[in-house]
Amino acid sequence: MIDVNGLRKSFGHNEVLKGITTKISKGEVIAVIGPSGSGKSTFLRCLNLLETHNAGSIKIDGKEIGQLESNLRKKIGMVFQHFNLFPHLTVLENITFAPQQVLKTSKKEAEKNALELLQAVGLSDKADAYPSRLSGGQKQRVAIARALAMNPEIMLFDEPTSALDPEMVKEVLQVMKNLVKTGMTMVIVTHEMGFAKEVADRVLFMDDGRLVEDEQPAIFFENPKTERAQVFLEKVL
Amino acid sequence: MNLDFAQLVPSIPYILYGIWVTLQFVAVSLVLGFLWGTVLSLFKIGKVKIMRWFADAYTSVFRGTPLILQMLIIYYAVPQLTGMDIGAFTAGVLTFALNSAAYISEIIRAGINAVDKGQKEAAIALGVPYRSMMLKIILPQAMKNILPALMNEFITLTKESAIVSVIGALDIMRRAQIVGASNYRFFEPLLLAGLIYYLLVMLLTLAGRVMERRLAKSD
Repeated sequence: MIDVNGLRKSFGHNEVLKGITTKISKGEVIAVIGPSGSGKSTFLRCLNLLETHNAGSIKIDGKEIGQLESNLRKKIGMVFQHFNLFPHLTVLENITFAPQQVLKTSKKEAEKNALELLQAVGLSDKADAYPSRLSGGQKQRVAIARALAMNPEIMLFDEPTSALDPEMVKEVLQVMKNLVKTGMTMVIVTHEMGFAKEVADRVLFMDDGRLVEDEQPAIFFENPKTERAQVFLEKVL
Repeated sequence: MNLDFAQLVPSIPYILYGIWVTLQFVAVSLVLGFLWGTVLSLFKIGKVKIMRWFADAYTSVFRGTPLILQMLIIYYAVPQLTGMDIGAFTAGVLTFALNSAAYISEIIRAGINAVDKGQKEAAIALGVPYRSMMLKIILPQAMKNILPALMNEFITLTKESAIVSVIGALDIMRRAQIVGASNYRFFEPLLLAGLIYYLLVMLLTLAGRVMERRLAKSD
């Protein structure tokens, strides 16, 4: 589904991605882990064209992503570390905005769909609230619903629980686990090792702009091959 | 102290009529200045280099020269150049709109830049086109942040409007001067003019507060 080949990205003289090659198949759940500054988020943002890569290629269903920009947005949903809900719109308006603007869904249809999504993330009673009234965990669940409202085929998560109070992490992870069950293709940048171990089909371990390990979680967490991964896991587990 | 307001009384309606003139003047300049300022600010943050350059040069010139000079050029020099006669009111409105647009464009640009960049990214990630992103996501948030600065600009405009009296527009200021000159007593009419300007500014301040409160409903 996604085919990444020799992906490179620099900010000025600072090369953040130094040639990433990997494949992501339909329905796969990928956890991307690694120390901060290793290029995980940049990698994710390249998949969504929030950053344009300098070299290499990203193909989605065989087509270079630069050439399918507007279609790409509809296929890929993204959830951000800091939620990025629209603060001047209610929860319901946050979710219905893009379907109405982009897919030209009718207001009624968009709202019906939004209420179903809100129910799925357990926030039916918050439809008319403004984001400022929500806790961090609730905001992130709304953000997930907002991305799902566009019916994406792939969901990207950029450290979705890193900005949350510890007691709110679980509710967001639960929503993500439910999403895994629906067979959604997911790429998740995370520091939640337990979660990665539990739900991921594959773990990508990145360090210093390189993909150091690409392994099943059971193998990666028990027997990391590289010394870099061993050191990292010792620190975080 | 020999203040004598009694002999000002017959002239009060004449001066008060100036409120209408000043208000018309300020309202038209304000609307035009705001619209043109918004357009300029979008030029400034846009991708088209020549538009960015134009908007920056424009702002630089209008901020870098005295307002009264700009007004005199538009009122006296433009007719000289084109042969087209331009009334004091029109010249004044034009000057103020063009001038305040320069300031307003800076305020709005700063307001847009102050909106968290995650907002733009979220809109892009959802595939929202640039136009609706700007109009429905970024600008409404920018407006809320810059409302105090914008109100400040409007208040300045109201007060500064007094300089149209220089080219003979019959606003509050000009009328107060005329009454002063005909009575040989300046203090009383100027005091009245000052009171009127102060009340106008207070009214604007109040309107700003009401608007701020309304925009704060999402907090």
